[in-house]
Amino acid sequence: MREREDEWTDLMRSAISGDDAAYHRLLKAITPVLRAAARRGLARAGQPVDQSEDIVQDILLAVHLKRQTWDSNAPFAPWLFAIARNKLIDALRRRGKRIFVNIDDFAETLPGETPEPTASPSEVTAQLQALPARQRDVLQSIAVDSASIKDTAAKFSMTEGAVRVALHRGLASLTAKLRDQ
Amino acid sequence: MDTDQLIRTLAADNAYRARPIGVALMLALLAAAPVSLLIFFAELGVRPDVMTAMHNPFFDLKFAVTLALAASAIAVSLHLSRPEASLRSFGWWLLIPAGILVAAISGEMMMPQRTPMMTRLIGKNSMACMTAIPAMSLPLLVGALYGLRQGAPARPAVAGAVAGLLCAGLAATVYASHCTDDSPLFVATWYTLATAIVASVGALMGTRALRY
Repeated sequence: MREREDEWTDLMRSAISGDDAAYHRLLKAITPVLRAAARRGLARAGQPVDQSEDIVQDILLAVHLKRQTWDSNAPFAPWLFAIARNKLIDALRRRGKRIFVNIDDFAETLPGETPEPTASPSEVTAQLQALPARQRDVLQSIAVDSASIKDTAAKFSMTEGAVRVALHRGLASLTAKLRDQ
Repeated sequence: MDTDQLIRTLAADNAYRARPIGVALMLALLAAAPVSLLIFFAELGVRPDVMTAMHNPFFDLKFAVTLALAASAIAVSLHLSRPEASLRSFGWWLLIPAGILVAAISGEMMMPQRTPMMTRLIGKNSMACMTAIPAMSLPLLVGALYGLRQGAPARPAVAGAVAGLLCAGLAATVYASHCTDDSPLFVATWYTLATAIVASVGALMGTRALRY
C-alpha cells in the first residue's frame, strides 16, 4: 500500500516535469483502484455498479484538470482520494435525482429502444457529441483513432499548437458539460 | 470513449500547464480592482482631513485590521483551493484581524474619551459603510471567484465565504480612507456587519462557481 502510493507520487512528479509516459502509467495504475472505489460506493448506495465507469472517467478528468492544485512535496494519494470522494458523492447525488426523474422518461422511450443495455455509450461519449466541431474532431482523432498530436495536426491541416489548444479546451468543456448536466 | 482511450487522451494533454492558483487569483483581482476604485472615487473619495487623520493611531489601526483580514483570507483561500484541505489547519489565521480589533478596542477603552461609547459605536457613517463595502467588494468577488475556479475546493461554499472575506478586507481598506469614524467600536460593529454580508454572498456564489 505504502509502496504503491510512493510510486504514484514519483510518477506524478515525473509527469509534471514533462514525462508523458509516466503520466500515462500513473493514470493506468490508479484506474483499477478508482474503479473498485466507485463500485463500492454505488453498491452501498443501492445503485447499479455498471455505472462505475462513468464515475471513473469523471474522476480522471478532474485529476487531469486540477493537477495544479497538487503540492508536489506532498504525497499524491490523499490528494487523489479527496478528488475521488468529491466526484463520487457528486455522482451519487446526481444519480439519485436523475433516476427519480427518469421513471417517466423510461415509460415513454423504452419500447422503441434497442435491447442492448450493456452497449450504452459512456456519458463522456455522449457529451463529446455536443462539443464544437474542431474540439470534437481533435478529441476523437486522439482518443478513438489513437492518432498522435502530430498526425492529428496533419490530418486537419492545423498546427500542433492549435491541436494542443483544441485538445485541452475540449477536455475542459467536456468536464464542464458533465458537471452541469 | 472507453477509459483506456480517455487515459491516452489525457496523457497527450500532459504538456498543458495551468496557471498556479495564486497567480490566477492575483490577476483576476487586479482586473477587477479598477471597477471598485471607480465606485470609490465616483461616490466617496478620500476624506479631506486625511493628512491630520494619519496622526491618529486609531485611523491607522483601521488599515491594520482590514489589511490583516485581506492577507489572512488570501492565505486561507489559496489553502482551501486544494481538494484535500480543510479549515482546520489554517482557519485560525482568520482570527488575526479579530485579535487586532479586540486589542484596539481595549486600547481605546483605556484612554480618556470626549464622546460617550455608544456615540462612537454608532458613528456618522454606518449606512455608507454598510453599502460602500459590499458595493466595492462585489466586482472583486466576481474576479476572485473567477480566479479561484482554477482550484478544487472540497467545500465550495466555505471557499466562497473566505473569498468574500478577502474582498471585503480589500474593499474596507479603501473605504477606511473615506470614513471619518475611527473608533475601533465602530469598525467592530459596522465593518464586521458589512464583511458578513459579503461573506454570505461569497458563500452563495461559491456554491455554484467553485464546484469542480
